[in-house]
Amino acid sequence: MAMTVAEKILARAANVSSVKPGDIIEPSVDLAMSHENAALVINQFFEVYKGTDLSPKVWDPDKIAIIFDHRVPAESSKTANNQKKIRNFLKEQGVSKFHEIRGDVGGICHQILPEYGYVRPGYVVLGTDSHTTSHGALGAFSMGIGATEMASVWCLGTLLNLEVPGTIKVNINGVMPETLAAKDIILYLIGKITAKGATFKVLEYHGSVISNMNVSGRLTISNMSVEAGASAGIVPADQETERYLREEAGVTGELNFVTPDQDAVYEQIVDIDVTNLEPQIACPHTVDNVEPISNVNNVKLDQIVIGSCTNGRLEDLEIAAKILKGKKVANDVRMLVFPASSKIYRKALEEGYLEMLAQSGAVIMNPGCGCCLGVHQGALADGEVALATTNRNFKGRMGNPNAEVYLCSPATAAASAITGKITDPRQERS
Amino acid sequence: MSKVVYKLGNDISTDTIYPGRFMATVLPTETPEYAFADDKTFNTLLNSGTLTAKSIIVGGENFGCGSSREQAASCLKGHDLIVIAKSYARIFLQNAVNLGLQTITVPDIDAENGHELDISGDKVLNMTTGKEFNIQPLSGTRQMVMDAGGLIEYTRSRLRK
Ligand code: SF4
Repeated sequence: MAMTVAEKILARAANVSSVKPGDIIEPSVDLAMSHENAALVINQFFEVYKGTDLSPKVWDPDKIAIIFDHRVPAESSKTANNQKKIRNFLKEQGVSKFHEIRGDVGGICHQILPEYGYVRPGYVVLGTDSHTTSHGALGAFSMGIGATEMASVWCLGTLLNLEVPGTIKVNINGVMPETLAAKDIILYLIGKITAKGATFKVLEYHGSVISNMNVSGRLTISNMSVEAGASAGIVPADQETERYLREEAGVTGELNFVTPDQDAVYEQIVDIDVTNLEPQIACPHTVDNVEPISNVNNVKLDQIVIGSCTNGRLEDLEIAAKILKGKKVANDVRMLVFPASSKIYRKALEEGYLEMLAQSGAVIMNPGCGCCLGVHQGALADGEVALATTNRNFKGRMGNPNAEVYLCSPATAAASAITGKITDPRQERS
Repeated sequence: MSKVVYKLGNDISTDTIYPGRFMATVLPTETPEYAFADDKTFNTLLNSGTLTAKSIIVGGENFGCGSSREQAASCLKGHDLIVIAKSYARIFLQNAVNLGLQTITVPDIDAENGHELDISGDKVLNMTTGKEFNIQPLSGTRQMVMDAGGLIEYTRSRLRK
């Protein structure tokens, strides 16, 4: 039977010859990721074993990855205690894919997993974080789950009762305008199909724009697929996937590319032509409230944020640094930059990007989730407006329900930092 | 019969249900304290004692979108609330089922604050308006997990096999 990428991966993992949407399967899990919320997973894991005479042991410590990123360094004693509890558990269970709060190996989970080659094409990846969809960028089936579901995975090594999702094919073609970023494309798509347009579905990305896009851009697209409700957002593995894994992630050994069958059945086909696409902005307070930048030019800003698992990579810092080089962040605006990983931080330091950004007035923060989720640094005051390269603009997301968050690409964020208002990066460049 | 205590709109995110700054609190016994922490209406209901067990929250489309934080389900479960929404985001729905929080899907639900609803079988009857609505049942496997008392119990029974 003809299958999509997700269907092929899930059939392999469930050890059956084929699956179709709606089938209930129990796929084996190749990688199970958690961050600080492992504290809850651990709690639920022990709950499962309560009242049994079995001793609590994770199914395979080598398939678990834990990354501290959400609140690093700890913002409270409560977080510090959670982190301590997790460290102890990982030692007891022999989990070695553990990324501490460190300047050499630390970073945001969705950056660390690709960077260290933990994700391979064809894998089933689960993470206790909704943006686990990111790893579909490497041709994996990668999905976010809750903590109790993860506890179950730790016990059994499989995901119980997965209903095989149908797939929506997204073709992205046309001539890519110079200032357009992967971020603009995914925002446009979310605006078009809405925040629930892909709920319980997989988005599978195709087209010349995707073929020509590097893994960094693909990660942005897969990352935000969940903002359309998608269970997974997959770019079928190709030469660029292999280049990234070999050259940047240092992966050796065989890679197993999964491509869709010619006559695979898609529930819907969405075509996007980027040729005339403007930079896009997601306006408060939903991610699908997307407008072309010309409709929101000149909104006055109090804070600009560049970073997160969506847009905190080297390419993102580079474009921002080049726009801001020799210029100043507007006086009444705060600009915060947080690289997605320590590796990126050091590379950006080496390339001089951090210097350029700091010279212009930006504050360089430590790698991690930073103010993306409004817990730790960078909270907004009542009535303030932020423009961020992050992925969510829900009420309260940046720490204050009485503030507003707009979302954009790194180029738009940098151009807007200079003027203090939402500014089309095409103006800054001309 | 239960009362609608709080009617909300579409796209209620888990950032609203359980604000990020309380994420370091993880235990289901401790999360209810921070349910809708930044929402004045909810807190007024809570403090005035209006929000009793089995009270109903009515949501629109895409209820529970956003972060996978399970606290958003456990905090509502802790107050023993019932959620009726037109549709749910996937992770929230699964978390709710895993924790045994009653989440009912009624695509055309029409109920306002103060309305009394009777939930029985596959129907919701709005006693106040006299209108009846169809419940879209949980998938068979989700119902199985609910019936087992949640995913902890379900997984435990699998381990024993
Ligand atoms: S950077 Fe933001 S969206 Fe990404 S994992 Fe961290 S909190 Fe979540």
